[in-house]
Amino acid sequence: MEEKKGGTSAGGVVLPFLLGFVAALAFGWWGVPQLLYSKKTQPLVFTHQNHIELYGMSCDDCHSFRRDGSFSGLPGNAKCGECHSFPLGDHPDEIKFVEEYYEKGIEVPWLVYQYQPDNVFFSHAAHREYDCATAGCHPDVGSSNELPVYYENRLTKYSRDTMKMKDCERCHATVAAQEPERFAGAPNACQICHK
Amino acid sequence: MVLYLKEFKIKWGMVIDLDRCTGCGACMVACQAENNIAPPVDASDKRYSLTWMLVYQLSNKQPYPNHDVAYMPRPCLQCGKPNCVPVCPVIATDKNQEGGIVSQVNARCIGCRYCMAACPYHARYFNWQDPVWPEGMEKTLTPDVSTRPRGVVEKCLFCHHRYMYARDKARIEGRDPNALNEGDYIPACVEMCPTGAMVFGDLENPEHKVHKLSKSPYAFRLLERLNTKPQVYYYSKREWVRKQGDNYLEHETVGGV
Ligand code: SF4
Ligand code: SF4
Repeated sequence: MEEKKGGTSAGGVVLPFLLGFVAALAFGWWGVPQLLYSKKTQPLVFTHQNHIELYGMSCDDCHSFRRDGSFSGLPGNAKCGECHSFPLGDHPDEIKFVEEYYEKGIEVPWLVYQYQPDNVFFSHAAHREYDCATAGCHPDVGSSNELPVYYENRLTKYSRDTMKMKDCERCHATVAAQEPERFAGAPNACQICHK
Repeated sequence: MVLYLKEFKIKWGMVIDLDRCTGCGACMVACQAENNIAPPVDASDKRYSLTWMLVYQLSNKQPYPNHDVAYMPRPCLQCGKPNCVPVCPVIATDKNQEGGIVSQVNARCIGCRYCMAACPYHARYFNWQDPVWPEGMEKTLTPDVSTRPRGVVEKCLFCHHRYMYARDKARIEGRDPNALNEGDYIPACVEMCPTGAMVFGDLENPEHKVHKLSKSPYAFRLLERLNTKPQVYYYSKREWVRKQGDNYLEHETVGGV
């Protein structure tokens, strides 16, 4: 009797603990991100794949460098209008782009997955030799047919996919270990990335 | 942390000719505009004004007709052994990038102001108030210089963003960003000086003017005996000016010819 009693009381303690543990894990891993991030979709449907595969364009045709070393980032209406100044086909978003944005002179409010905080200086020119997608900095939209969902942190308003400082640092440390000459032993000097 | 002299292959530095400086203050204006320093509420109140670049007036204190003055612009001197760096408890300031510019990461600074106490040149400033720009003036802000909130320390960084621009330009043109030509990168104050009193370049590169000028017998550094090894040199042919650069005893000889 004594032993049996002990057994039930042990099971009685462990079970709620286990349940609580699982519930806490579920809340932490699944619930918190749901609460923290709001989902947003891009203003227009866009396919990188078509531009590249059907029309033979390269990344540089729209996302190019300027002579002064700066990077043009997302193409503006002027760039898109080189081809899309009138609807090419009858996709509703095609018509929407021309009528709502291009003809009214309003730039498309694309959501940028990677915007960095204000105190970060980032130069694309310095990272030219790395492939944007395989190096892990940008989601691989280049070969995708649709744009991924944009997760916005409700508190900070940053995109969930904004590159984190530890990711920058890790790569800088690795590359610098391979090429000490170029980094002179200080790949993660504060002001290489901060302004 | 820097408790010893850190050597760099590139050392950005200035030589400021005090015989040419007229004290016009264009460098101060250029600095404030370039580095997003908000117009002060009361510029005459020196406790609150932020002057990364400050022009001091020197006088030989002689009666007329021997009276003479000089003007001395003072940015952060980017010391080789900066006193401000080892005292910082959070490494918000460090000297670790090629070029030898002493960094200041404002978002990291906790505002303890140890560095201000440590800097022998009063080159650091504390933000007592949040910056406020008059309506419309925020459009003139330099995009690649962060604005600083109340409660952090800031200082001259030799217009570090311009250094980054110059490196990017070199990369795009296929040149080595670690071998910039003279003039590829100059801070706003140097660019703006109407008399050409300030010369900027790599102190270690014999092709840059500053290399030779800094070795002139007329060149000196402020408070040289503190052994902070600044990367900013001053230049004057007037002995009394050189003498005011350090605490010389009355009969002590000063460098120069
Ligand atoms: S005031 Fe900021 S930069 Fe200066 S020592 Fe304190 S934390 Fe470091
Ligand atoms: S002048 Fe002052 S703030 Fe500048 S590096 Fe030297 S000690 Fe630091």
